[in-house]
Parts: sequence; structure tokens; C-alpha cells
Amino acid sequence: MKIWDPLHECMPREDLEQLQLEKLQATLNRVYRSVACYKKKFDKAGINPEEIRSLDDLAQLPFTTKEDLRLNYPYGMFAVPLREVVRIHSSSGTTGKPTVVGYTKNDIHTWSNLVARFMTAAGVTHDDVVQIAFGYGMFTGAFGLHYGSETIGASVIPMGAGNTEKQIMIMQDYKSTVLVSTPSYAITLASRMEQLGIDPKSLSLKVGLFGAEPWSEGMRKEIESRLFISATDNYGLSEIIGPGVAGECEFKCGMHLSEDAFIAEIIDPDTGKILPRGSVGELVLTTLTKEAFPMIRYRTRDITSLDYEKCACGRTMLRMKKTMGRSDDMLIIKGVNVFPSQIEEILFAVEGCEPHYQIVVEREGEMDILEVHIEVTENIFFDEMKKQKGFVEMVEKKIHSALGVGATVKLVEPASLPRHEGKAVRVIDKRKL
Amino acid sequence: MLKIKNINTFYGQVHALKNVSLHVNAGEIVSLIGANGAGKTTILNSLSAVTPPRDGEVIFEGVSLGNLSSDRIVEMGISQVPEGRQVFKDFSVEDNLELGAYLRYRGREGRAAIKSDIEDMFSLFPQLSTRRKQMAGTLSGGEQQMLAIGRALMAKPKLLLLDEPSMGLAPLVVQEIFRVITALREERGTSVLLVEQNAKAALKIADRGYVLETGKVILEENASDLLENKEVQRAYLGREKKEIWER
Repeated sequence: MKIWDPLHECMPREDLEQLQLEKLQATLNRVYRSVACYKKKFDKAGINPEEIRSLDDLAQLPFTTKEDLRLNYPYGMFAVPLREVVRIHSSSGTTGKPTVVGYTKNDIHTWSNLVARFMTAAGVTHDDVVQIAFGYGMFTGAFGLHYGSETIGASVIPMGAGNTEKQIMIMQDYKSTVLVSTPSYAITLASRMEQLGIDPKSLSLKVGLFGAEPWSEGMRKEIESRLFISATDNYGLSEIIGPGVAGECEFKCGMHLSEDAFIAEIIDPDTGKILPRGSVGELVLTTLTKEAFPMIRYRTRDITSLDYEKCACGRTMLRMKKTMGRSDDMLIIKGVNVFPSQIEEILFAVEGCEPHYQIVVEREGEMDILEVHIEVTENIFFDEMKKQKGFVEMVEKKIHSALGVGATVKLVEPASLPRHEGKAVRVIDKRKL
Repeated sequence: MLKIKNINTFYGQVHALKNVSLHVNAGEIVSLIGANGAGKTTILNSLSAVTPPRDGEVIFEGVSLGNLSSDRIVEMGISQVPEGRQVFKDFSVEDNLELGAYLRYRGREGRAAIKSDIEDMFSLFPQLSTRRKQMAGTLSGGEQQMLAIGRALMAKPKLLLLDEPSMGLAPLVVQEIFRVITALREERGTSVLLVEQNAKAALKIADRGYVLETGKVILEENASDLLENKEVQRAYLGREKKEIWER
């Protein structure tokens, strides 16, 4: 399969590390000069960016957190005057003030090409018709994929989020070959097609690019078998650049992270210490090419691991595992770390389970109680209480053996859990309320 | 081809280069831009060991240039065209070119090879061929610049360090010099590290560029992106002069 930018994507590691060092030093010199927040942070930590001599020295620098972005709302973290900024986006910000990010003309150009990389890796070419079912507006997802498609030369249908029946109609009539959406929305589309009696095989779809929320291998299988497409994962966050940080190639064995544009580290979310190669921990990213909004050691809160082994596709860029959840989504139940994605994985493994579920955590006295609500489908026997009970017990047993924590599984009516056309709300933690 | 990691160069007490890292790939034209005193020439002089760096690594084709003297560095394949041409004014054009091949007399090559390379320089710079016997000091500024480049090429460099080749030259002459630099890369595969006040012209022929400020690299990008960078435009390309306001 084609590689969009072989010069960079297949760079020998030695050359890559030289480039990373050069760009890191330049970025640090620049932010120290132009961003008050970084100057203050570095000074406080007693670090002069002129003295950074290796990639390992990066570990001495302080982290940047979402809190820093909030404190500097809206433009405090910009490294260029506002008149050099051609685009402003903001992150979803479900709690507190949103965070604001900016792009120069060059940043947009860089971003477009980074997205073109993973779209090409997923199999998109200039012959494709790309239906973007992400919300436009302040969210970076839609624009990123939009620019990437145009850069490749594909035809873009800027559909936007929601309006499922219209999405399906356009998919049929415009002969869309590529679907861009959240993975949960792909399932929503598949289910609606079933209800409407539309055979997904009659569509022209061949590739799906899914991101913006964590999803499991089980969900991939489900999407692939229901929509008859190759479903690929990609990763990004608006604080860093939006989509385009990492994306899967045809081998689907982790997402190639564009290391010529970002330096990735894995830390222990509790201690902030860098973990040995291959460990699971929180992803920390430093941007190397951003002009308007450089980020130094940004704590993404996403839990993953990095694989530096060479990939069969020929790209030398490290592969990032699917995100397993967020360090701030991590539930501590009876002292055990539980990620919602672990439960999702179990539910997919259990045959007959629709991927509509909700995790509810409550506290009774001093005891944490974990409940998993699952929507039933026709596949699960309703009439026979015995079979239903057996099913519930089986799921409970699987959860207990995988997580080491007991959970109560409750079956709920079909379509009774809140439907989402954007990001899924999978967890309700009543302990904090 | 060339990798520099964390070089620090001092002029007495003055810390002129602070942990500068950069690289030049084979066949690439890389431009260094920045204000006066930013350290552009110092980088070239550090590479040619005119002002050797105090520490850091310089690796050329896998070999460390660490403590090599200037003449050894020329032998390794790096030639410098110094700022202000610095041709030997009282020597003829031909003699200037022959002096460029000085180190090659140490080797086993015959004089014939050197003679034929001198002719090669005359074909590269036809203007010089009519002035072979003339004293270099009587040449025009543009011709002296061509001669200085020709002299550096006589050492058969793989990497050419060019310091302000357009300085003090008429626009048409500058165009000709830049045409030759591009042709050298296209036809002979010579890599070029180019220092230029005329940042716009330099970035137009370069593949990548580094922006320097007070002895530090503050930006590394494709040349086309640097041309689009507003800060570079304002500081080094002479645009938007009337519109300077800050946040």
C-alpha cells in the first residue's frame, strides 16, 4: 500500500533522532522566548532550554497539563501574535472552561499532511469519496480529516454529525467509499441500516476511519462484519494538533505515531516517572513542528503503550497501542484500577451483546459497587428466566475474573440507555456526586 | 551526510553558539538565516575548524571531525567559500583556481586531472574563461565571487559551505550565482550549506532552513514553510514593516 511521505515515515531511527533533537531544541528556545507560561515553568524548575542536549534531557522539563491551558485561557499559550493565527479551535471541555488552540498557515499545512499520512496508510486514495460524519465547528476532528482527504485528492462530503437516515441516504446515493466517524456512530449506522432493511453490502463503503473515543478490538470486528469495511483507528487531540498524531496502517497492529512531529513518552500517571519501553502508562506528547501552539510534555491522560519494533509496512515510526482509557477515567473500585475499556472488551467477547452498555459506580457505606447495565437484544432469551439468569451470571463471572472486582450485571430494555451521536458516555460515577 | 550535535563555540568569553544541532542530507541545499551576529558564519567557521567548537559532535559521512585541522577537513570533502570572497588578488585567475586544488597535490592524481578541472571551472563560469591570466584583484565583485566558488570546487568537495555569496552584488549577478549553486546540486550532487543575508533568495533555492537567534536555533522547517512563516517574513524578508504591533 502507498506511503504518503516515505522520506519521513520510513526514516532510519538515527536520522529521526537527530531531527527530533534539532526540532526539540528549536522549539524549546522559541517557547522560552515567546510563551510566558513556559518561561515561568522552566525558570521555576531551574532549567535553561539552551542546556538541553539530548532527547533524554526532555525528562527534566516540567509537564504541561490541561489546567495550564485553562489558567492561560484563551490565548496565553500561543507562541505567535494572534494576527499570525489563521484558525482557532477549542477542545470539547466537558468540565470547566474549554481550552483554546491556534494554528498558523504552516500549522494547517503540516496538519493536513499528517492526516494524509494515516488516511493513506488506511487505504484512502485520490479516487475515494470520503463522508465525514464528525461534527464541524470547534471540534478539530472533522476539519483534520477534511484537510487530509483534500490533500490526498479524495472527494470530501462534509456531512457533519448526526441525522443518521440522511447519512445513510447520502452514503447510498453519493456512493461514499470512506466513512469518517466515531466508532460508536458506525455501530449506530449499522443498526439503523438493519432497521431500514438496507444491506450494507449494497453500499460502496470500503474503509472506515474511526477516532475521537477509545474502542476495542471486539468493536472493530463488529463494525467490520456489519458494515463490510476495513475499520482503522487513529489518534489525536486538539491540544496537540487534532487527528494526525497517530494512525493505523493496513496491518492494524498499532497506530504509527508521526515521530518527526511529536515526541512520545510513557509515564506513570501517579508519580510522573518515565516508564521502561513497552510499559503501559500515560502518554505524554511534545510537539516539534507547531508554530502557533507548541506543547511541551503535555499530559494527554490517555493510557497506552508504545511499540518500537519494526512494522511489516515499512514505516519506522513507533506504534502506539489503542488507548485503553484515560488516566482520569480510570475507576478505582475497591482499590483496583478499572478501565471502562476492559469491561467493553469483555462484553464484546460475550456473544449476543449489543455494544450499548453503561457502567455505574456507587458507594454504599464504605463499599464501592460496580454495576454494568447492558441493553438486551433479540439474541438474548427473554422468556426463559433461567437462561437470562445464566447469561447474567456468565458475564459477571467473566468480569470478576478479568478485573478482579465483582460487578452486578443488569439487563435493560433495548434502546433504553441514552443514545449518543457524538462521544459516548459510558461511565456514571455516582460516588463523586 | 553531515550531522552536528550540540556544538558550543566561543570567541574568547563570548558564547557564540549554544548547543547548536543541525544536519545536511546528501544533495540538499540547507540555508541558515538570522540577523547579524546570530551565529550563521560561526557555524560555517566551526565546521571548517577556523574557529573550532569547544564541544559537541560533528559527524561527516559517519566520521567524526572532532579534532581535525582545517586542511584535513577540506580533504574529507568540505570546502568553504568565505565571506567577502577573499581571492588572492595579486594572483591570476588560473593560479587562484589551481591553489584551490593545493591539497590534491599530496595525492596521486596527476597535474593533468587538476588542469582539466580548471577547464571545467571555466565551463561552469564562462565569464572567467576570458580572464584566465588577469589578476584576480582586477575582477568585478561578481567575477570574484565566481572565482571564490570555483576555487572551493577545485578541492572536489561533497559539501560546500557558502558564506554570503550575494553580498554587495548587483541583482542580475546574484541571480547568476544562485543559478550556479542550484546547478551544482542538480548536476554534481554537491550539498550546500548556505549563509545568506538575502534570506528570500536563499530560501527559494534551499530545501530546508534553520533560523538562528543569538547563537541558538529557533526554527527548523522546509524552506517553503519558512517563506510562509510570518515571523521570518517580518524579521528577515523585509515584509510587513509598517504593520508591526505586538500582543
